[in-house]
Amino acid sequence: MQLNSSRSAPYLFLAPFVLSFLIFGAYPIIRSMILSLYITSGPEAQQFVGLDNYLHLLQDPDFWTAFRNTATFAIGSVALQLPLSLGLAILLNRSDMRGRNVFRFIFFSPNLMGLVFSALLFMLILAPKFGLLNASLHALFGLPSTTRWLSTPELVMPALIMVALWLYTGFNMVYFLAALQSVDGELYEAATIDGAGRWSQFWHVTLPGIKPVLIFVVVLSTIGSFQLFELAYLLLGNGSGPDQAGLTIVMYLYQNGFLGGDLGYAAAIGWTLAGMVLILSMIQLRLTGAGKEGR
Amino acid sequence: MRRVVIYSLLGLFSILCLVPIVWLVASAFKANADFQTYAFAPPVDRLTLGNFTSLFKQMPFLRFMMNSFFVAGATVIIQLFFSSLGGFALAKYEFAGKKVMMGVMLATMMIPGPVLLAPMYELIYHLRLIDSHLGLIVPGMVNVFGMFLFRQSMLSVPDEMLQAARIDGCNEFQIFWHVVLPVSRPIVGAFCLIAFMGTWNSFLWPQIILQSSDRFTLPIGLNQMVGVYEADYGALMSGTLLAVLPVVVLFFLLQKEFIAGLTKGAVKG
Repeated sequence: MQLNSSRSAPYLFLAPFVLSFLIFGAYPIIRSMILSLYITSGPEAQQFVGLDNYLHLLQDPDFWTAFRNTATFAIGSVALQLPLSLGLAILLNRSDMRGRNVFRFIFFSPNLMGLVFSALLFMLILAPKFGLLNASLHALFGLPSTTRWLSTPELVMPALIMVALWLYTGFNMVYFLAALQSVDGELYEAATIDGAGRWSQFWHVTLPGIKPVLIFVVVLSTIGSFQLFELAYLLLGNGSGPDQAGLTIVMYLYQNGFLGGDLGYAAAIGWTLAGMVLILSMIQLRLTGAGKEGR
Repeated sequence: MRRVVIYSLLGLFSILCLVPIVWLVASAFKANADFQTYAFAPPVDRLTLGNFTSLFKQMPFLRFMMNSFFVAGATVIIQLFFSSLGGFALAKYEFAGKKVMMGVMLATMMIPGPVLLAPMYELIYHLRLIDSHLGLIVPGMVNVFGMFLFRQSMLSVPDEMLQAARIDGCNEFQIFWHVVLPVSRPIVGAFCLIAFMGTWNSFLWPQIILQSSDRFTLPIGLNQMVGVYEADYGALMSGTLLAVLPVVVLFFLLQKEFIAGLTKGAVKG
């Protein structure tokens, strides 16, 4: 299909995208690396300090607080969300399932609220006294209705994990359901003939069948969780919460770079986050053996 | 028996998903005084439209909504045009540098967004776009994920169709516009919804560059309201409800395309 008239066409078609990509994608990435070697005060004043930003970062107790909080959130939400999403998807994937689309829509609906507006809603749901959560726990289990979810340091991360669970479980389920539906039905028949039980079918047919999607969702959820910001920032009233229990890595970046004006330090935090996420993803890919076996 | 257990589990989780949303709707019509008395929902005769009146009185809510529509609309249209045209070129043409280009773009997708905040602020500052809607729209023009979504989908458009259009005298752009884009309607729908939701909910970047309240988008404006009018829960909930409605409407219009588009990259990828 190579015609003379079409030789220049792809370049012309890609030009708008590539041009804006170079200015607003590639350039900022390179500039960010350079910026991370400077101390700055706003966009006008800067001084070269080499790797000092990174060294300072690793010795800053606030950064480690942020790291601990973010990691707690990431581990908690991935560990709770994904098994639940997968479980729901498996239930919905049964051949005798009625109302699959209705359930799928219901489970997905929190996602339509979006991150920011969910945070505003849950600020009131988690409020002591009149908040929906305390009122429900009181009505159902007789628990005290005075729990201060967002102003008790130990409860901040569990509360954030809970909101994330509400928000994203259905979203991940949509991926899993699509993956399950693409697993070859004959494999299950063969397994049944071989006398495989339900668990055995799950381990030997279902899991291998959805493995690429499973890995994709695990890696993406981890990367996403490590960028926790809006949920914490909005729920905690535009701050880091009691005893900095809700300080996250991106919040630390925002505070230093845009409230404190040190764009260089913010860039260094950004690259440190990128490094951590990259290492984590590689560990996950290695552990799951992705790429070793062909599909 | 087994079915009963399964449906109970699904029902329980449905309730957990829906209750907060029902509570949002109820709270939007609940008088502030009733928040203490009726934790779930007040009796029907106590429902009020007062929250909406006080919402519009307290803040330029309509202004925020118009700002959000303008920024999200402009961003989606530009992204749609750039990404679909680029995706078409990558799907249907062979040219020098294609592999390298795709590799570079895929690699940049691995870099977390916050890395770009500081240099982007510097760039937008030097372009004198701080505190402007253009400062929100311009950095959002590039959607690498979107371009790959279009490429993936347009790979399945048969070459014969393109060839036939060429014989009919179409130039390359006309082929894209009159043949490829129309048959890609589902993916266009999915893309529009995903891109719209992303921009509509964008918080961190607007929070960094917007300063004047008459330029605020909904997330920034509503969040501002929390600090200033802390006690007016009803108004806050009515504002939140109105803010999510456009996404819900768009979702119902584009539902089918959306689920297909969301899972396309993951399953076939």
